[in-house]
Amino acid sequence: MSRLPHDLPAFEEQVADLRGYLMKFARLQLRNETWAEDAVSEVMLAALAKPQAFGNRSQLKTWLVGILKHKIIDAIRQRAREVCQEQDRSESDEDPLDYLGFKADGHYVEPPAEWGNPEQQASSRQFFEVLEACVSHLPVVQGRLFLMREWLELSSEEVCKELGLTSTNLYVQLHRARLRLRECLELNWYGKAVQP
Amino acid sequence: MPLKRTCKEATALMVAREDRSLAWRDHLALRLHLLVCKACPRFERQMLGMRQQLKQWRNYTMPD
Repeated sequence: MSRLPHDLPAFEEQVADLRGYLMKFARLQLRNETWAEDAVSEVMLAALAKPQAFGNRSQLKTWLVGILKHKIIDAIRQRAREVCQEQDRSESDEDPLDYLGFKADGHYVEPPAEWGNPEQQASSRQFFEVLEACVSHLPVVQGRLFLMREWLELSSEEVCKELGLTSTNLYVQLHRARLRLRECLELNWYGKAVQP
Repeated sequence: MPLKRTCKEATALMVAREDRSLAWRDHLALRLHLLVCKACPRFERQMLGMRQQLKQWRNYTMPD
């Protein structure tokens, strides 16, 4: 059996201090303030009710995010119908593939830009801030589905099962989300003349 | 459908394979297109880069 954290009041304070960090990811994934508040409150309650479960095996932040991911999957499961129904007024029926610039014969007008070494870029905190901003600007449903794949690490089959979506519908949304994210990164990171 | 693909079709396949397995015929057609096209390998590098960046971001949200 795991032991209680050495200094329980300090543990409770550290958990409370991480609330903002957890809210950031809950908002990004759920795109609904009330749902995010509920999920994070459940994480805090679970952590404070069973502090012995932490056991110092990892960083507290990592342990709490792990709990949050499970709470978010529960929240999505409970609201499966709503998760896929909100439509953005800004969302058009255009395929973002058309923004890449193809000639009538289907070939590129201009070849895509070279992005350099992605691993080097991704080691920068500033890059992650741009990435998170780009994800938060995706249309609501696309953003939720995209992060279910990329942050919650669910397979396409699992996403379809959880939400009762057809695979065709899911693939259309993910196709648009990935192309919009690519475009946003190109404009807001790779397109900048000066990079850190 | 013949194995020849345009850049637009190849680009759509490169996006699709992030979320599903391609049919063997599409997979083969894409490989052939990437061998002869000068523009599409750049898009392929962008998609592979995004895959790597998302993985690193995921790790950043849950540090060891």
